[in-house]
Amino acid sequence: MTSTANVLNLQSFNKTRMEFKKNYETVFILTPVLSDDQMKDTAAKFSTFLKEHGADVINEESWGLKKLAYPINHKTTGFYHLAEFVAEPSLIDTLETEYRRDERVMRFLTVALDKHAVDYNERRRRGDFRKDKKKKAKEEAKA
Amino acid sequence: MSLQNEPINSDRKERREKYCRFKKAGINYIDYKDPDFLLKFVNDQGKILPRRITGTSQKFQRKVTQAVKRARHLALLPYVADSLK
Repeated sequence: MTSTANVLNLQSFNKTRMEFKKNYETVFILTPVLSDDQMKDTAAKFSTFLKEHGADVINEESWGLKKLAYPINHKTTGFYHLAEFVAEPSLIDTLETEYRRDERVMRFLTVALDKHAVDYNERRRRGDFRKDKKKKAKEEAKA
Repeated sequence: MSLQNEPINSDRKERREKYCRFKKAGINYIDYKDPDFLLKFVNDQGKILPRRITGTSQKFQRKVTQAVKRARHLALLPYVADSLK
C-alpha cells in the first residue's frame, strides 16, 4: 500500500516539475533540389534550433529521399526528416514560423503525443516494428 | 425443388460477427507514419472506409481518420487516387 502511495507521490512530483513540458513529434519535408550537404545542413539547423530553445531532442531520423504520394510545389520527391522532443508548448509556434520562413521546407507537421504514442514511439525506436529485424530475430531463434 | 420452406436469410446466419481489430490485437496507437498499414482503411480511390465495412469501433475509427489525414498532409497517402490497390 505504501509503495503504491510512493509511486503516486513521485508521479505528481514529476508532473509539477515538468508542468509545462509536453511530448512532441515533428516531420518535415525538404525540397529535392538541395544537394546532400545542403539537406544535412538544413536538418541540422532545425535540430540545433530545438536544442537552443530548451527542447530535449529524444530522437532524430532521416528517411532520405522519398517519393511523394502527390506533387507538392511541382516536386514529386522530398527529403523526410523526423524529430521527437520534449518541450514547452510555446516553442511550437516559433518552430512553425521558422518552418514557414524557410523555403527549403515544403511541408511540415508537428503533433503532440499522448501516452500511447510515446509508448509506441519508444518501441518503434527499439525497432520492434521493423519487419526485416523481426525476421532476423526469428531466424536467429531457429538457428 | 422441395416443398419445404427454405430460409431466406440462410446467408446471414453464416455471416461472421464483426469485430474491432484494434481492440482484439490490443493496439492503442495508430501511426500516421506507416502508410502501408493505413492502406487497409482506405479504398482504391484513397477514401477512408466506413466502420460498417472494416468493423472498427468508434473510438479507433476516430484515430484511423486522424492518422489517414495526417498521412495525406505529409504526402504519405494521396488525397485522390485512381487505383491505389
